Amino acid sequence: MSNGDPVIEARGIVKWFRDPVDTQVLKGVDLKVMRGEFASVMGKSGCGKSTLLYILSTMDTDYSGELLLDGERITGAPHEHLSRLRNEKIGFVFQFHYLIPEFTVLRNVMLPGLKRGLLTEREVEERAMTHLRTMGVDHQAQKRANQVSGGEKQRVAIARALINEPLILMCDEPTGNLDSRNSDIVLGIFKGLSAKGQSLLVVTHDEDFALNTDRTIVMDDGRVVDHGKEMSV
Amino acid sequence: MFDRLLLSISATLLRARLRQSVVAAVGVAISIGMYIGLSGFMNGLNSLLDGLILNRTAHIRIYNEIRPADKQPLDLLLEKASGGRLTHPFINRIKPKGEQLAVRNALGIIAALRKDPRVDGIAPKVTAQVFFNAGTIEVNGTIQGIDPLEEDRLLHFSDYLLGCTVADLAGSANGVVLGKGLADKMRANLGDAVQLSTIAGDRFTLKVIGFYQSGMADFDNVTCFTTLATAQNLLAQPRSWITDIQVRLKDLALAPAVAKEYMRRFDVDALDIQAANAQFETGSSVRSLISYVVSVVLLLVAGFGIYNILNMMIYEKLDSIAILKATGFSGRDVRVIFINLSLIIGACGAVAGLLLGAFMAFGIGRIPFKFDALPTVKTYPVDHDPKYYLIGVAFALVTTFIAGLFPARKASRVDPVEIIRGK
Repeated sequence: MSNGDPVIEARGIVKWFRDPVDTQVLKGVDLKVMRGEFASVMGKSGCGKSTLLYILSTMDTDYSGELLLDGERITGAPHEHLSRLRNEKIGFVFQFHYLIPEFTVLRNVMLPGLKRGLLTEREVEERAMTHLRTMGVDHQAQKRANQVSGGEKQRVAIARALINEPLILMCDEPTGNLDSRNSDIVLGIFKGLSAKGQSLLVVTHDEDFALNTDRTIVMDDGRVVDHGKEMSV
Repeated sequence: MFDRLLLSISATLLRARLRQSVVAAVGVAISIGMYIGLSGFMNGLNSLLDGLILNRTAHIRIYNEIRPADKQPLDLLLEKASGGRLTHPFINRIKPKGEQLAVRNALGIIAALRKDPRVDGIAPKVTAQVFFNAGTIEVNGTIQGIDPLEEDRLLHFSDYLLGCTVADLAGSANGVVLGKGLADKMRANLGDAVQLSTIAGDRFTLKVIGFYQSGMADFDNVTCFTTLATAQNLLAQPRSWITDIQVRLKDLALAPAVAKEYMRRFDVDALDIQAANAQFETGSSVRSLISYVVSVVLLLVAGFGIYNILNMMIYEKLDSIAILKATGFSGRDVRVIFINLSLIIGACGAVAGLLLGAFMAFGIGRIPFKFDALPTVKTYPVDHDPKYYLIGVAFALVTTFIAGLFPARKASRVDPVEIIRGK
């Protein structure tokens, strides 16, 4: 499915934690995710995979090395610019289904779309409803975000991540907090998205989940030890 | 700043914490209301008290001071003989003369003053000693012949008048308005006749048409008022015989300079209001200082309330802030959201405060208040100047904006990674 065009590329990423003692979490990570690829990152806890994901997501800017998103070097870009990139090009799904509890499910999904301001409110709403329908949670659209179940919340979070048709969907342990039935549903959704050409990068320690992805990158002690089969192709 | 999306997010956060938000808004409303109510009340009272002095005292009083000649005849003689060198005179007892009681050429001075563009009004007056016959006792008193209409216009005479109007006094040839204390002493009622005799020994009968109450017992116990003409008749003096010329200027601040000028120009004595009431300015400015301090403190307390509540809200909303930032809202957007929050609270509080303030101001204005110095005042004085409402609203918005600024900056600096990883 992948072509030779990396959606996101990291070159020699080094990251230190200064507090409480100086620890090198990432020791020169090189990583590429190709357009349309469904990649997963595995590793023991503490190996730095989540840290890497937050750097890739542009939220963590305190690193050395180089980061390219869609061919554009974004290391050192101003925060306002990074916010816009996150809004337009990156969809993010967290382990804990972070929805804003004061808003309805629908409104939660719509917020990034409204922030982007490309479409009218009505169009954003239509698109949000389409995504909610795809995720099978459209019947909950008008409920407050804290009134739906955990599995449903995660599906709503995925719908929110997709609202601006991102270049890449990044997920941090998306099934880490779900029972096996809901995990399967989420995995099914990701596979469906991947089949439609969506690039995905998922951090997980669930081996069954990783086996279902196109490529599994294995990390250990701040380094990538296995780039998986497709990287070498 | 008035981004619709950010505003709607602020409104939603606000609705979710409705009770806290209402408490914060009530805090603002109470301080604004108190500010408006108390400022109106304090300034009302202040201008009432200021008025007691300002309204009763002519800006400039022109009169003739009774005093001995500045240069005694012997001084002049010795000065001439010694060629200007000072010597020690032994004869220095040339006494004041009687004709000095009235202002010389009073009518001429009045005519000249009327042409002065700085002068707002002139009220001539005749003051003289008289005795009232109360039974067998002779009560010491002062008669003041006034021009009632001018006296009212310049010095608010009617504020102290009971039982008749200034027009009644102006139209009465033998009417007298007695000081309240004096009337009580003589048990004189409205319509009674009172007898008085002048220093020259002439006796007259006047009809009591009203009472005067200034609240100053020493004054009310001895003074009575008639028209200028009546007083001049009693004293057997011509129309030009005037002892005081009271002048009101358009600008009070000019009084000392103008008084000096008149002294030179007309060769009279002139006393300005600042010299007559040196302590007045101090008292007045201290009173307004106190009222400002109280208001600022009230508003500061409200500001701290908002600051507190927003700070708490930000701690509760760390997750939401992290999500907003992760999904592409910038630090600036988050700051605007929280500043909006505090401005909405401030605006709602200000509107409620306006109503509360108006309610308080009009409420205080209806509380009965008996004030001996101003018999016509029946309720507490309140200044309904719109200025206080404007200042209140402006201050509410500024305070809430500043109170919101610091928490909002804190929110804008929230690091989403820290929050999301920290779970």
